[in-house]
Amino acid sequence: MTRLVVVSAGLSNPSSTTLLAQRLTAATVEALEEVEVTHVELRDLAHQLTDQLLTGFPGPELAAAQAAVAEADGLIVVTPIFSASYSGLFKTFFDVLETGALDGKPVLVAATAGTARHSLVIEHALRPLFAYLHAVVVPTGVFAATDDFAGTDLDSRIGRAAGELAALMGKVSRVDTVVTKRRTVEDEFAAVTPFEELLRQASHGG
Amino acid sequence: MQFGIFTVGDVTTDPTTGRTPTEHERIKATVEIAKLAEDIGLDVFATGEHHNPPFIASAPTTTLAYIGAQTKRIILSTATTLITTTDPVLIAENYAKLQHLTDGRVDLMMGRGNTGPVYPWFGKDIRQGINLAVENYALLHRLWREDVVNWEGRFRTALQGFTSTPRPLDGVPPFVWHGSIRSPEIAEQAAYYGDGFFHNHIFWPAGHTQQMVDLYRRRYEHYGHGAYDEAIVGLGGQFFMRKSSQDAVNEFRPYFDNAPVYGHGPSMEDFTEATPLTVGSPQQVLERTLGFRDYVGHYQRQMFLVDHAGLPLKTVLEQLDLLGEILPDLRKGMAEGRPANVPDAPTHASLVAAAGGPKDSTVYAEADSATGHRAEDADGVDEGIEGTA
Repeated sequence: MTRLVVVSAGLSNPSSTTLLAQRLTAATVEALEEVEVTHVELRDLAHQLTDQLLTGFPGPELAAAQAAVAEADGLIVVTPIFSASYSGLFKTFFDVLETGALDGKPVLVAATAGTARHSLVIEHALRPLFAYLHAVVVPTGVFAATDDFAGTDLDSRIGRAAGELAALMGKVSRVDTVVTKRRTVEDEFAAVTPFEELLRQASHGG
Repeated sequence: MQFGIFTVGDVTTDPTTGRTPTEHERIKATVEIAKLAEDIGLDVFATGEHHNPPFIASAPTTTLAYIGAQTKRIILSTATTLITTTDPVLIAENYAKLQHLTDGRVDLMMGRGNTGPVYPWFGKDIRQGINLAVENYALLHRLWREDVVNWEGRFRTALQGFTSTPRPLDGVPPFVWHGSIRSPEIAEQAAYYGDGFFHNHIFWPAGHTQQMVDLYRRRYEHYGHGAYDEAIVGLGGQFFMRKSSQDAVNEFRPYFDNAPVYGHGPSMEDFTEATPLTVGSPQQVLERTLGFRDYVGHYQRQMFLVDHAGLPLKTVLEQLDLLGEILPDLRKGMAEGRPANVPDAPTHASLVAAAGGPKDSTVYAEADSATGHRAEDADGVDEGIEGTA
């Protein structure tokens, strides 16, 4: 079963950010046929995210969301635009993820804002963030200004982006892993590097 | 089973009075706390090491030697000694000296330190933290076990024909623990040497502790030092006690809410549930502490943090008195169901006995018994400095 995780940083209820996330999810599910979807609403995790910044460990619900992301075959991430970038809440979720959690994962990036003037935030803020996190960002990013919810143009972009994500997710689950993943702490617990090797690395680099 | 306290030596404003102790008061308070720790029957006092405000924990061996001179029985330890940024040669010398002065009442715990700028202040690179811990300790381990050391590594000047003095008391190096919260490499390191492993435990969910201790125990067995349940494990703990649990909660809450590490974050209720912190009656602290075995197995050393977050000295001393009251029950509880093969934490006496008795380890500048080398014979040694014995 392919696993899709949808991360939405909308704050109000109802939220146009969550609405966009739902439309992207529906289009991706349609393209993938068999898929298990987990929704992560960051508003509900806001306290635990701040707590993790201060304590260094996640509360139970946040830990579950992080585990879902780590096990996902692909992600849809949607943020409202605040002050010309992703929101702080959105960034915090990715700030406290384990290093390597997104390595090689297909990610569809999307954003909402009041006007179309912010549309390049997708390219100038979201894409570099996920490049840094070693994710594979699908070519089509989806930006929706308030006006877009009235037209039909958004639908075609949603369809294209969802198709791209589905294609990548299909590839990833078939080939298992097409990219080299960084070794995580969990990998190390499962198969620890023997001490003689640690000693060699310490003195000779590595 | 050993019980003790450990301090990080923070100088923190008391949030209920707005008063901040002076460095002098805090340094003297540390000595008072250590002396009372011995009086109430604790086995270990450990100090941290920091090289920046708001801490008074620099020069740990000075503090420990001063305490050692005023106590008779308590083991003096560290939590932690910065193996990354401290020259292993100085660690070897300082702690061997402390061992002699206190007649063997010394062990120490290696840690990497979590203050970024400390690395560059001491000419090191934090990105090499694990490598520094691995290589520096490998040198320290040899300095205490070989009379004459030739060494070449990546992080410090090479040594040729070097003898660290004084040699360890009775020919037995101080026992070493390695502390780490979530670096598997350090559990592996502790296991490789057959040293102790200490998990800070406090401020973190039990899952971290369990995972690290399990790895350490598995690898301890792998390296042939003993069975899984015979590995030497220490844990931290944190409490605030009053006879009535509601009094404890009310009195500690402002300290919790403003504490340097976790303050302004999760509620005290969430934090006490997620971490080993217990705020309540002595009975609650007793029961919680006895429950740590449920996820790490029977272990050897339990340390408590009692003097942080701006708690005034008077309160800290009251906390110790309360700890002294439950100490017999803690010992009794920990002894229950403890398998006979689970060892106690090594002490100087037990290590000397295991080594076949004490031996004079003085290097009289004669040939090293293991290698036949003499310090004077080593290549590149300036004869004007060496060979004056």
